[in-house]
Amino acid sequence: MLPFLARRLILLLVVLIGLSAFTFALTHLVPTDPARAALGFDASPDMVSQYRREMGLDRSLPVQYGLYLRNLVRGDLGVSIMTRRSVAEDLARAIPATLELTLASLVLSVVIGGALGVLAAVRRGGLTDMLATAVPVAQLSIPVFVLGLLLLLVFYRILGWLPFGGRLDPSLTLTPITGLYTVDALVHGDWKAFRSAVLHLILPAVALSNLTLAEMTRMTRSAMLETLGHDYIQTARSKGLPERRVIAHHVLRNAAIPVLTVMGLRVGFLLGGAVITETIFSWPGIGRYAWEGARNVDLNVVMGVTLVVALAYALINVAVDVLYGALDPRVRLS
Amino acid sequence: MRGFRRIGSVPQLAAAGILGVMLVLCVVPQVVAPLDPLRTQPGRRLQPPSRAHWAGTDYLGRDIWSRVVYGARYSLVPAVTAVLIAGAIGSLLGLAAGYAGGWTDESLMRLTDIFLAVPPLILAMAIATALGPSARNAAIAVIVVWWPSYARLARAEAQVLRTVEYVQAARAGGAGSLRVVLRHILPNQVSSLVVKASLDIGTVLLLLSGLSFLGIGAQPPTPEWGLEVATSRQYMFERPWYTFASSAAIFLAVYSMNILGDAVRERLDPRLRHA
Repeated sequence: MLPFLARRLILLLVVLIGLSAFTFALTHLVPTDPARAALGFDASPDMVSQYRREMGLDRSLPVQYGLYLRNLVRGDLGVSIMTRRSVAEDLARAIPATLELTLASLVLSVVIGGALGVLAAVRRGGLTDMLATAVPVAQLSIPVFVLGLLLLLVFYRILGWLPFGGRLDPSLTLTPITGLYTVDALVHGDWKAFRSAVLHLILPAVALSNLTLAEMTRMTRSAMLETLGHDYIQTARSKGLPERRVIAHHVLRNAAIPVLTVMGLRVGFLLGGAVITETIFSWPGIGRYAWEGARNVDLNVVMGVTLVVALAYALINVAVDVLYGALDPRVRLS
Repeated sequence: MRGFRRIGSVPQLAAAGILGVMLVLCVVPQVVAPLDPLRTQPGRRLQPPSRAHWAGTDYLGRDIWSRVVYGARYSLVPAVTAVLIAGAIGSLLGLAAGYAGGWTDESLMRLTDIFLAVPPLILAMAIATALGPSARNAAIAVIVVWWPSYARLARAEAQVLRTVEYVQAARAGGAGSLRVVLRHILPNQVSSLVVKASLDIGTVLLLLSGLSFLGIGAQPPTPEWGLEVATSRQYMFERPWYTFASSAAIFLAVYSMNILGDAVRERLDPRLRHA
């Protein structure tokens, strides 16, 4: 277990260093002068050359990369041109919002997709099964931005049930503790804020969960069907166990392992989809931050988000591998 | 009945029909859209669908129907091209790595690790931003993001094929590496690469239109579908039809591609052939 983990973490480090070389190369592709971009066009030549010296822009590329890497290791992702704050600081502020949205989407996908998949497999050929096979293909074909706008049109504009965007009603205030507004509101015992936070979360979470929910439905269904075909299920049934118990104890548990592993890996989808979802619903997370960075050619922001997301994604992958070993005794980590 | 099933199911035929029409429209859009997609008519802004303008007019008075029809070219062609180029680059590199093994293989695989470490949309966004927003750069970004998955697939298969008897026999018979790879290994991989490519096109179309929607892909006045949705967004509540046409076009294209991709896989994937 430990050597396995060590090997995975070393590999992770190699990948991240490689990625940092790539983001460094990308920032040097841009035709604009970073000093000019940071200072603006009316800066004097003296100011520009001083800035270049301070930021090490007058050094050779390998030296610059060395400085870049050293800063990254210290958690310094550079300064944002748009906000004039350090990218790390901005990210720290935005991460809880994205975390809340991604977690909510993951829960929606696993609970609803899982339930649909189980129902479809148990009543194979029935109406639920037909829906559970046909609907995901359509779900996988809707762009997140179209779904998001459609949800806004129906639930905000036409029905007026849910808010347009943001995380909380502007008239309310909430002192952040965890940064997850729903949790914070509960901790404060502030029901009004909790209600508002939940209402604001619904549409973005539904839009973002669309793809993973479809995959979850499909995978649960096929994993259930495969498990149902095993001999030990026949054995369980012939022992006279009630069907409900067979499904709950023998099928579900075994089918859950591959499904959960793949879903863990799909968190990357959610992080990617979050860019578009957060943009549509004005959700102040890292996706929206990355988008604003991209629109303003604020490269430190875009590369900072890329690196942080890669780190998160890699850590999730390692966690999923470890979890897989813990759940499935047949998997011997070596 | 058997013969009918061999052609395909009803959804498959419908999907093939839709894509067929869309591909024809890429070449000759003027057949069904006689109006100029770029001609602005200040007096006819934001009109609802009518006889003259089937899908209404946009914020500059341009005919939305024409824009969506002409948009096929700007939306589908880049997606297909990106998949083809990423597929070609990835498969060749993967093939070489899998066949050569050793150090070449190891370094290529670590390189793919780097690109697969970031969710596709975010990496594509980083690349497109650095290159500068344009349709061409968005397509380049997608290629850079997408080739590693082909390299992985081709490499895994080449590793297996390298050890099979007929390849060993060809080598023993004195065939050079290039000949073995091109004549004996590549032909055996084509079907799995085709299957992957046909399943990927829909996803890549979503990725490209997503980049355009975010403003880092195709630029105005190109009638690209993702960009059209983005432009129509601020008028959406009062004039839903404006958003509808391009949204429906993306959905129909991706849906058809997904259905056809599954059909291609059913036919070509040896693991599913007898199922």
